Amino acid sequence: MLIIDCPHCGPRPETEFGYGGQAHVAYPEDPHALTDEQWAQYLFYRDNPKGDYAERWVHSAGCRKWFNAIRDTRTYEIARVYAAGEPRPDLSKGA
Amino acid sequence: MGAHQPQRLDVGGAIDRSRAVELVVDGETFTGCAGDTVASALVANGRLRVGDSIYRRRPRGILSAGVEEPNAFALVNGEHNESMVPLTSLELVPGLDLTLLDGIGVLDQKVDPAEYDKMHVHADVAIVGAGPAGLAAAREAAATGARVVLFEQDFRLGGSLLADPASLVEGVPSELWVERVRGELEAAPEVTILTRTTAFGSYDNNYLIALEKRTEHLHGTARDGVSRQRLWHVTARQVVLATGAFERPIVFADNDVPGVMLASAVAAYIGRYAAVPGRRAVVFTTNDSGYATAHALLRSGAEVHVVDAREAGPSARVGTAAADAGLRISTGSAVVGIDGAQAVEAAWVAPIDDEGALAGPAERVACDVVAVSGGWSPNVSLHSQRQGALHWDDALAGFVPTVPVRNQHLAGAVLGTYWTEGCLTEGRAAGLAAAAASGFAAEQSGRTSGSEVDTVAEERVARAGTTRQLWVVEGRDGGYTTHFVDPQRDNTAADVLRATGAGMRSVEHVKRYTSISTGVDQGKIGAVNTIGLLTRVLSGEDTRAIPPGQPGQDGTGSRAASELSGIPAAPPSKPTPGAIGNTTFRAPFTPVAFAALAGRSRGELFDVARTTSIHPWHVAHEALFEDVGQWKRPWYYPRAGEDMDAAVARECRAAREGVAFMDATTLGKIEIRGADAGEFLNRIYTNAFKKLGVGKARYGVMCKPDGMVFDDGVVLRLEEHRYFATTTTGGAARVLEWLEEWSQTEWPELDVVCTSVTEQWATIAVVGPRSRDVIARMAPGLDVSKEGFGFMEFRETVLASGIEARICRITFSGELAFEINVPTWYGLKVWEDVAEAGADFDITPYGTETMHVLRAEKAYPIVGQDTDGTVTPQDLGMDWIVSKTKDFIGNRSYSRSSHQGPGRKQLVSVLPVDRSLRLPEGAQLVERVALGDYTGEGLPERPIPMLGHVTSSYHSQALGRSFGLALVKDGRDRIGQTLIASFLGRFAEVEVADAVLYDKEGTRRDD
Repeated sequence: MLIIDCPHCGPRPETEFGYGGQAHVAYPEDPHALTDEQWAQYLFYRDNPKGDYAERWVHSAGCRKWFNAIRDTRTYEIARVYAAGEPRPDLSKGA
Repeated sequence: MGAHQPQRLDVGGAIDRSRAVELVVDGETFTGCAGDTVASALVANGRLRVGDSIYRRRPRGILSAGVEEPNAFALVNGEHNESMVPLTSLELVPGLDLTLLDGIGVLDQKVDPAEYDKMHVHADVAIVGAGPAGLAAAREAAATGARVVLFEQDFRLGGSLLADPASLVEGVPSELWVERVRGELEAAPEVTILTRTTAFGSYDNNYLIALEKRTEHLHGTARDGVSRQRLWHVTARQVVLATGAFERPIVFADNDVPGVMLASAVAAYIGRYAAVPGRRAVVFTTNDSGYATAHALLRSGAEVHVVDAREAGPSARVGTAAADAGLRISTGSAVVGIDGAQAVEAAWVAPIDDEGALAGPAERVACDVVAVSGGWSPNVSLHSQRQGALHWDDALAGFVPTVPVRNQHLAGAVLGTYWTEGCLTEGRAAGLAAAAASGFAAEQSGRTSGSEVDTVAEERVARAGTTRQLWVVEGRDGGYTTHFVDPQRDNTAADVLRATGAGMRSVEHVKRYTSISTGVDQGKIGAVNTIGLLTRVLSGEDTRAIPPGQPGQDGTGSRAASELSGIPAAPPSKPTPGAIGNTTFRAPFTPVAFAALAGRSRGELFDVARTTSIHPWHVAHEALFEDVGQWKRPWYYPRAGEDMDAAVARECRAAREGVAFMDATTLGKIEIRGADAGEFLNRIYTNAFKKLGVGKARYGVMCKPDGMVFDDGVVLRLEEHRYFATTTTGGAARVLEWLEEWSQTEWPELDVVCTSVTEQWATIAVVGPRSRDVIARMAPGLDVSKEGFGFMEFRETVLASGIEARICRITFSGELAFEINVPTWYGLKVWEDVAEAGADFDITPYGTETMHVLRAEKAYPIVGQDTDGTVTPQDLGMDWIVSKTKDFIGNRSYSRSSHQGPGRKQLVSVLPVDRSLRLPEGAQLVERVALGDYTGEGLPERPIPMLGHVTSSYHSQALGRSFGLALVKDGRDRIGQTLIASFLGRFAEVEVADAVLYDKEGTRRDD
């Protein structure tokens, strides 16, 4: 069981949260301007890195707010949480 | 002491001779002492023989003194029988009645009436194991003020110290030292000591799960109000694993005869329990540790003959003590066979060569116990469950953790530290480091510094002495069929050879081919010996075919080194155990009852039951209920003598011909407010809501970006900037989350707030040609005429009762229908008023089954039943709901090639040619010609292309026949065709028809 540090509520058990997949995948500005392949890339393709992964979580059983987290897919350790809409932080620059 | 215990010593041991405890085994009464396990009581009674083996029915005896026991299992008879309990970890308490098992148990079919519960705690430092290392760690961590939880699976603290109560620790007898530490820990306010508690699972983020046995040792009323077992969920900042090590047996001929025991177990029975397994002993060892057992046997008065597999014999220190004691030692030798079937009568001892083959004549040594030590395996289970790396330490002859898992610490025998002082030093350091890492600085305790103590590998090896890696001893007859590797699974060296002979190379494959390590002990006895055996069997070219070990169990020194240096090493002629690697360690470390995992979540407490405010009425009117998500919804209301079909038929007729009412409270309800609420809903739903007039309602469908239907419902516009949306009953939570997701993450610039109001409103659907009359009586101030209250409109009004209500004219049946929404509080009152107002018209309550029939006749789909996440609105024949003039989530996908052209499954109805046949939902639909001459018997010659399946199926009162809805490839082009429905091994002809079967013109809703 992970303890996830909700930016609004503080540390809470994983079971209170919902998972939202890869972060920073913006809904295309104009989907109709995309080719089928580009649209399919948006719909179906996500990164699967070994290591740090920026992903979305929602505190479903708490404040209901979406936020982003950087999690190491090897250890499940969450290095940073940050608000939805914020750019991905550079972990090398400290908290 | 009570009844005579022939093998009990008069002095020594951590037992209470003044408290005799009786025990019944297979109807025979034995007497032991408080402080015994069942196994030690049996040993004290001269009884080593237990049940037979699982498959080969060979007589078996007690092998171990701990949780790794593979032979001695019993059924504990009681109110609820507990099966497969190892006698070696079963505490002797009054009233035990056991039935010995032959290697397999039977689950009691009676309900377990005991209570089980759970605790969730957060700790600074969790310590697993209360031997010298764990106790030293706990003491240091506790002294810093850290919150410490100490787990010990035994009923006593002390671990390896228990086997030798007279040994000195920090200058005092170990028994006294343990009591002192316990006293210190109990005095510390933040320390929890959990004995009889096994930490059996280790998960990410230092999440440990442990099982505490709480009542078996309590008597009479002391048990009252205490749960039988408790599951501890512990999240710890830091974890110290002081889990010790297991001794390995040796694989030789007839090594399963009762009387062959682990050397450490023999020492434990003598030292801890003052119970002597035998008077004439052979100690067969590959390492120095067997000599401690030899000395313990000598002290107990036994004759001892040590058979040391090492050519050079014991190390100097151990050898001197052995010589002083006058031990008879045969070096470079092995036990190559056993005489006796029910009990050991003699051991055959012979010199062996480097390969373990006989190198001279065998000598018969009469004995009644053979204590074996094949070396030690650190107990790395919890470390490995977290993918902690292991490597094969060739000098220690064991898999040893390479580095601790992050935020964990290792101390003692789990690292291969096999002497008490080393365990204490490592334990102290681990306890201090763990406390410091969780934010607790050590005060000046003076005992030790806070720096990590890193015992050098050389010292561990020097202390342990050499261990001969003797993985198998040749038998006198050349065969390997009684060389037991995993006694519980009855697997022998011959079985391992059979596996490799069949081409198995990976240890994971050998495990599954043979079933080694799949018994109760999960490989604690046989896993490493199997790996060792494989190093003997696989050689030369074969080694290149061995797949690498499990992730995190890199094992091999040679392989890792060659990869690091980039120089490919030539394949060794024989692989090392490290190259073969371990099988995967998984929770639970020892067996856990499902009842304990369930805890209180059984029966009524299994899940939350949500009921509406009208629920008591449904119960009083004998409704049967259906679970929809967590909701209890009335399914149908049978009258006396009615079965389900009759009740549903009556309810359907009432709704179509008179008037009926249904509790629709469970529908999800969400209010959407804000200046941009209309724009927001325009983007969410496939159809438009921005221009919906205040006071109007509109049905809407929402899709995922891939264009597939996600949920549906009716949206009301309450005010300019305020909407009210209903969702499916099961979809309420995920729809709200969906709205939040888009509002928060994609369109934060839109001014919109979403609030669940499901619990705030009770909703009553009043349905049927006479519904207008009922509503008129309910709301006398309301113009309910066709002209005054149009379809898809709603009115805020005050009911005759004075209760404020929102009444909508919407239908989910195709009939004229209204929905009365009132605050939840008034739900039951208003429902009863509707019943009274409709009494003249024989108003009939109906449940979800009738609702389903009525909506299916109109082809109103149920999201999740008629759709499955691959169905678009167009597939459902609802092109009309997909806006052509605005964009919305999913719109782009409708121009993808996969959504164009033929082949999509479309919603149609299917009419069985046999008008009374109700097809099972899920029945497959195929073409008649595709069947060929296949009759449904056995398997067809070639796969039969499936066109689709039945999604809904009912009897219709309105149609006077059975019907179904189905998703069928190009279904709308197939209208009029006859297809074959295949189900339960039979075929039935069905006619494909337009989805809407009833009132296609849609006139009845405006009656």
